[in-house]
Amino acid sequence: MLEFTEIPKVPTRIPGLDMISEGGLPIGRTTLVSGSAGSGKTILAAQFLAHGCEDGESAVFVTFEETPADLRRNLQSFGWDIQAWEDQGLWAFVDASADIDSPPTFSGDYDLGALFARIESAVRTVGASRVALDSIGAILNQIPDGRLIRAELFRLTALLKRIGVTALLTSERSTEHGDIGKFGIEEFVTDNVIVLRNLLEQERRHRTIEILKFRGTHHLKGETPFSVVPRRGIVVIPLSGYDLSQVSSNLRISSGNSELDDMCHGGFFRDMVALVSGATGAGKTLMVTEYVRAVQDSPDEKALVFAYEESRDQLTRNAAGWGVDYEQMERDGKLRIVASYPESLGYEDHLIKMKAEIDDFQPTRIAIDSMSALERAGSQRSFREFVIAITSTVKAKEISALLTSTTPTLMGGSSVTESHISSITDGIILLRYVEGFGDIRRGITVLKLRGSQHDNEIREFDIGENGMRIGKTFRKVTGILTGVPVHFESEIESIEQLFPDPEGKA
Amino acid sequence: MSWVRLFTVPVLVSARVGYLGLVFTLKLYVTGETLASRTAIRNLHEICETYLDEGRYTIEVINVIDHPQLAENEKIVATPTLIRELPHPMQRIIGDLSDRDRVLLGLDIA
Repeated sequence: MLEFTEIPKVPTRIPGLDMISEGGLPIGRTTLVSGSAGSGKTILAAQFLAHGCEDGESAVFVTFEETPADLRRNLQSFGWDIQAWEDQGLWAFVDASADIDSPPTFSGDYDLGALFARIESAVRTVGASRVALDSIGAILNQIPDGRLIRAELFRLTALLKRIGVTALLTSERSTEHGDIGKFGIEEFVTDNVIVLRNLLEQERRHRTIEILKFRGTHHLKGETPFSVVPRRGIVVIPLSGYDLSQVSSNLRISSGNSELDDMCHGGFFRDMVALVSGATGAGKTLMVTEYVRAVQDSPDEKALVFAYEESRDQLTRNAAGWGVDYEQMERDGKLRIVASYPESLGYEDHLIKMKAEIDDFQPTRIAIDSMSALERAGSQRSFREFVIAITSTVKAKEISALLTSTTPTLMGGSSVTESHISSITDGIILLRYVEGFGDIRRGITVLKLRGSQHDNEIREFDIGENGMRIGKTFRKVTGILTGVPVHFESEIESIEQLFPDPEGKA
Repeated sequence: MSWVRLFTVPVLVSARVGYLGLVFTLKLYVTGETLASRTAIRNLHEICETYLDEGRYTIEVINVIDHPQLAENEKIVATPTLIRELPHPMQRIIGDLSDRDRVLLGLDIA
């Protein structure tokens, strides 16, 4: 009978990597990290060791490319004080970087015995359990005999296995897809292969990590985005790895507008993700302002606004026009506004930044204005994954979110943004222009509200000094949502009867 | 230099210092007593005896298994490696020194 025993793994503590690798790197084995120039191989290798050192696990870094002095300096920006670890006897370098000043002469047979002796000695001296070798391709600068290196790679992995260390071996590749390494052999000498990619996607760098194989153990398949973050290093973002396991809250919160709360039969839910869709100028930013206003009345609430269309000053001025003092709220610690250009970062970095802000400010509700603007930051697939990731994040923290989306046409219609996120959101509110006999009016309706009854009426609203005022239901008009309103009574006078109880409006 | 005392296999240390020309200080790094190590040691002695005046050179053989730190200091990756420390500039020859012409070229002799 076959018995399957999972190979034990050592957690890398590299954010997200332990999730996609289902536990970390296989203990006592060598994992090949293959990637093109600038794909983050050295950082990954160093980070694996650095997190070990932080936990008191010793490490040896064998460098074939950069000098130890360069590495110490370059890796400092991630907050790793390698010199201090060296002084504590936790970290040792084996410096196998090429000496450019004096290229050697070759005469007769040789092997890499000296290198192996040095690695073994360094591992024993500091008692290392983690070893990184970066990068094996650079040894070609010193040893031109590719056939010899292939033979020696076998000896090297045997040595690493014999001394019982968990090792990362990095290797260059010239293309993003195709051969794994320069020698075409590395993937056969190691049981485990990780591929790092650095792709240009819509004029933006998109980094991904893929576990190609982990012999005899499970891992997540396919490419996962990652980012290199100052002071943190590599952060892997497993966008599609979220479970649909969030607990649902029945607690209601105010949307900031009492009439809208009534339309929702009691307000929003505490962990609800709501989408507000409307054409430009239809009142989406106003909805955000109303939503933010609600925290004023609740002592425990705080709001965090991510603005991608307007600057902080514009938002503050708009809000002041609707009777909400953003500046005072910020001073009171009830509000934080984070404004940035959507194009300034890729989705991974936007997500990391948003998570960092949420962790730092601990809001009870967030608003993103607008998702449509963020759509410009990358490909459609990445966008959808980004939406899933951000909604999962807020749901896990049981905070509510209001997302806005701009429709491309003035009347009716929907946007790509909506088709991507509507199924993910718990509630959808539509803001629509309604044309009638020379007037442009605004209508609001709750299209969907998961877990609650809600009104199905399309109601008129107008925008005044105190924000949004929701009025009567549109009657005798149909086709608002499709953008082609049809009025039942074609006489000009019938506008007077549009609302059973007109409030002095023409 | 105090670490000279660490050397385990001083094969030949010359007694006299040459009065003319240059003095050669040669260090041969090997990994254990392998065939390549023995071949390199033999070849080096033959070359020195043939091309250099007695007393104008010193040879030290360093086993990197016993002295990995010395190999670390000199950044030795492959063995055997011969380092000509003197005369300046420093020269490196990698291999068992069986290609005599290349050794002579590398050492700048003849």
